[in-house]
Amino acid sequence: MSELLWSQRQKSTWRTKVGLAEMLKGGVIMDVVDEEQARIAADAGAQAVMALERVPADIRAAGGVARMSDPKMIEGIQKAVTIPVMAKCRIGHLVEAQILQALGVDFIDESEVLTPADDRFHVDKHDFRVPFVCGCRDLGEALRRIGEGAAMIRTKGEAGTGDIVEAVRHLRTVHDAIRRLQSLPKEELMTEAKELGAPYDLVVEVAQTGKLPVPNFSAGGVATPADAALMVQLGAEAVFVGSGIFKSDDPAKRARAVVDAVAYYNDPDKLAKISYDLGAPMSGISVAAMHEQDRIAVRGW
Amino acid sequence: MAVIGVLAFQGDFARHAEAVSRVGAEAVLVRRPEELGAIDGLIIPGGESTTIGMLMDRFGLMEAVHARLSEGMALFGTCAGAILMARDIENSTQPRLGVLPMTVRRNAYGRQIESFEANIRVDGVGPEPFDVTAVFIRAPLITAVEPDVAVLAAFESSPVVVQHGRLLAATFHPELTENFAIHRYFVAMATAVA
Repeated sequence: MSELLWSQRQKSTWRTKVGLAEMLKGGVIMDVVDEEQARIAADAGAQAVMALERVPADIRAAGGVARMSDPKMIEGIQKAVTIPVMAKCRIGHLVEAQILQALGVDFIDESEVLTPADDRFHVDKHDFRVPFVCGCRDLGEALRRIGEGAAMIRTKGEAGTGDIVEAVRHLRTVHDAIRRLQSLPKEELMTEAKELGAPYDLVVEVAQTGKLPVPNFSAGGVATPADAALMVQLGAEAVFVGSGIFKSDDPAKRARAVVDAVAYYNDPDKLAKISYDLGAPMSGISVAAMHEQDRIAVRGW
Repeated sequence: MAVIGVLAFQGDFARHAEAVSRVGAEAVLVRRPEELGAIDGLIIPGGESTTIGMLMDRFGLMEAVHARLSEGMALFGTCAGAILMARDIENSTQPRLGVLPMTVRRNAYGRQIESFEANIRVDGVGPEPFDVTAVFIRAPLITAVEPDVAVLAAFESSPVVVQHGRLLAATFHPELTENFAIHRYFVAMATAVA
């Protein structure tokens, strides 16, 4: 095994991929379904937008198969804003990923929110020039995705619910596992890698550095400025907001409030002002009351 | 010890803070106007220039930074930070500090898939010219500078590091590589007697 850390052995493009993820830190990435929403998000101070046909709450409501968005819609959003535009492909759907790269999207989210195209394998993300973000529920899943080439990780939460409980659980699970790795003697790391289902070199790196080798963002369930600030206080480096903005009463106002809340995540006086009089948030679904088969965070191998 | 503030609304402020510590200065994260009081220099990181500018405007940082610049505070911007320092931004009315007499074009090299690394020579920072690996991410292009702006490095015949008095700007990300010579230079700039 080489003495170099895993992320120092990547070819040069790795640095520009993770570099863009670094630039997105401290920001809010908002789901948008058309050009008007994209402009509202950009004017509120979104760091990037995620172009998709339906927000997760509507994907749940509609049922059926959720797929990559129409290129026409993605291109319209690319023309409407100057901030980075991301788009989602189905898990394992390498052709959707190739199409998104051809469109010049800035980040691809290989996302459990869409219906998986492959029930065993994810896309080989090292093969692409465009960086990828992938979801995780625990450290093993995060390191498998990084091993496949993901330049950013987001904890999954439970998308389209407006319930923050799963986002909190997934983030705490990842951090607990990192702290545990740091406490282990080196001879235990191989067995730990086996039990996590994670590449050994990445396990060694995390044990040494105490953090993931790529930025770690949070997704799935953010509905209020306080939710967003909570995730950052718990260690998320930026926040994805899906249904929480455009399923609320006053999207422009709420979008701005969530952006401000992430900037001032540690300042309760400012957060109180930021949270003031925003209208009703999305109504949401309590994850505890959901049927097991309705959960989408379990998608990912 | 020199104290360098890093504007921490958004972007890769953590990497800048690390770079500042690595060259022996104290890094403090800045989010409120009053936090500008105790620093010798300020860094505006890479990120999204529209978002950072909007938040600076909303929370009183534009005015406060201008006030501190007139008192002699040094300022260093990388990528988005450089855009916010530029007097002119092509096709944009976005909020900005507008203190550096140059014109920039945003996302001039194309979308993320066009982001790249290149070796460039930096001259006028320290006693000898040296090469750095420059990481350009959705980078802006400096299309024009006034004659009194010093060009410290160029790539494909466009300036990529420029200095104007106590203002320093780079279109790439010296904070993302291990060579912190440009940060060392900025710390020296910030603590030099004007």
